[in-house]
Amino acid sequence: MSFSAPYALAVWRRNAAMYRRTWKWNILPNFFEPVFYLFSIGIGVGAYVSEMGGTSYIEFLAPGLVCVAAMNGASFEVTYNIYVRLIFEKAYDAMMTTPIEPDDVLAGEVLWAITRSSIYGGCFFVVLALFGLAPLPSSLWVLLLIPMTGLLFATIGLVFSLRIPNIDLFSFYFTLFLTPLFLFSDVFFPLGERLTQPWLWVAEALPLLHPVRLARASFSGEFSPVVLWDFLYTLGASGLLLLLARRSIRQRLTN
Amino acid sequence: MIPNETFAGSTIVSARSVSKRFGERVAVDNLDLEVPAQSCFGLLGPNGAGKTTTLRMIYGVTRATSGTIRVFGMDINQHLRSVRSRLGVTLQQNVLIEALSPKENLRVFGRYHLLREPELSRRAIELIDFLDLRSHADLPVRQLSGGFQRRLAIALSLMNRPELLILDEPTTGLDPAVRLVLWSRIRELRTAGTTVLITTHYMDEAQRLCDRVAIISAGRVIDAGAPADLIVNRLAPETVEFDCTPQEEAALLDGFVRSGRRLRVGQRLMLYVDDATQLIERVRRYDHGDRRPIIVRPTNLEDVFLSLTGTSLEGNS
Repeated sequence: MSFSAPYALAVWRRNAAMYRRTWKWNILPNFFEPVFYLFSIGIGVGAYVSEMGGTSYIEFLAPGLVCVAAMNGASFEVTYNIYVRLIFEKAYDAMMTTPIEPDDVLAGEVLWAITRSSIYGGCFFVVLALFGLAPLPSSLWVLLLIPMTGLLFATIGLVFSLRIPNIDLFSFYFTLFLTPLFLFSDVFFPLGERLTQPWLWVAEALPLLHPVRLARASFSGEFSPVVLWDFLYTLGASGLLLLLARRSIRQRLTN
Repeated sequence: MIPNETFAGSTIVSARSVSKRFGERVAVDNLDLEVPAQSCFGLLGPNGAGKTTTLRMIYGVTRATSGTIRVFGMDINQHLRSVRSRLGVTLQQNVLIEALSPKENLRVFGRYHLLREPELSRRAIELIDFLDLRSHADLPVRQLSGGFQRRLAIALSLMNRPELLILDEPTTGLDPAVRLVLWSRIRELRTAGTTVLITTHYMDEAQRLCDRVAIISAGRVIDAGAPADLIVNRLAPETVEFDCTPQEEAALLDGFVRSGRRLRVGQRLMLYVDDATQLIERVRRYDHGDRRPIIVRPTNLEDVFLSLTGTSLEGNS
């Protein structure tokens, strides 16, 4: 078994062909969502917060929300959508009658999740820039960070989706995994100021924390040595999870 | 389609002592199979006989527990991509993208074989014509009837101009008119040089389409050959059917029709004979003018299967 880029691209193009049909309707919410967050929490809640380490609350919030958008963009693709293609549409069974192999399916789907995540995160970034909340040019680094975040959450979601016995378990994934990540990953408040040291060590395990810190560094233009750890965590975890997902997808598609 | 001369007279699929176990369950048990080039070969058997598992092993998505499978002369496990690039498979369940049109479905599937424009669109149009999909070529697939969807599913598996076409129960659940159209298309492909491997539990389908068949039961080939030869060798050309009790059967037939050429299903008795005339006269004499209904018909593959396994084919599905 092996991986071949042209075949992976054919898998990617299947999803792209479907998305092309509906992108005009799909892309609009991507612009609204950040606007709602910024008004509700940034401007609404932010009015009661005078200052966060030298910036306004809305400026504190902006970089983290870009990563959340990237996380969500990838997560929907690799949970419900993958499961439907696998179990209900049997799309991969058809691919397995062609020269496409499980590794190509995995690569194509990860690439597609990164694409979706980049559309989500990219739209969010454009809105921030329009509101003057993305300092240029330093914040442009997040354009690299968005696909990295997409990769990380694509691999996490795939490992989960390929191992669960039924579709109902996705509600756990969203409410017990993604929601806490969203709330406790430095997006809304600086963990360092609210958690004790042992809990801070625990928090280092949270996958969203690292992209958020990287985004914050890029927005502020201040890169401390910890960004190296965040960078290595994001890529390292993605790599390990990709290996696990590869084993699962081979088991699911062939026997 | 250009007839493929290279493979004339050779073997396209060869399976040698192939077994597949899923845990304790034996799905395929020491199976041997030879599919000659440019023929239509039928795998017959009830559901659960191991037909689909056998097909899956042939296109390499299920790995045999033991034995070897060669397709186009190549070991399937060592040359997966090159073998699959030369074959097409229509799965039992249609795999279509419902939001897209037939034309778009064909183009998406063609890319799985790395076809590019303009060949991609040209081939899609060719197949839309070949399977009479033109009137519905641009509608979303979800608006198509079952017959159209099935024809599209078959069209997909032809995108790469396969030398071997594998059809897993191609006409199950279709109305008679659509079945006739599909049979005629499958015959055209075969005439043009494509080797066709088909599974079915419709005996009429097998008899009309297949040059050779293998009857599978419980994962084993229990007989193989040309349909007409199987009928003549196993049974006899004519079948006489009527209702009678086991006592009547003994009185009427012992010493007249060999027990191997009799089959009883409930009250129904089927007798396989070379010439039905004498047998009918014997039954009439026995009935003394009280004429019971007797059916005389040509023996078919279903009779062969029944006599081999003692089970009904379609009844098990």
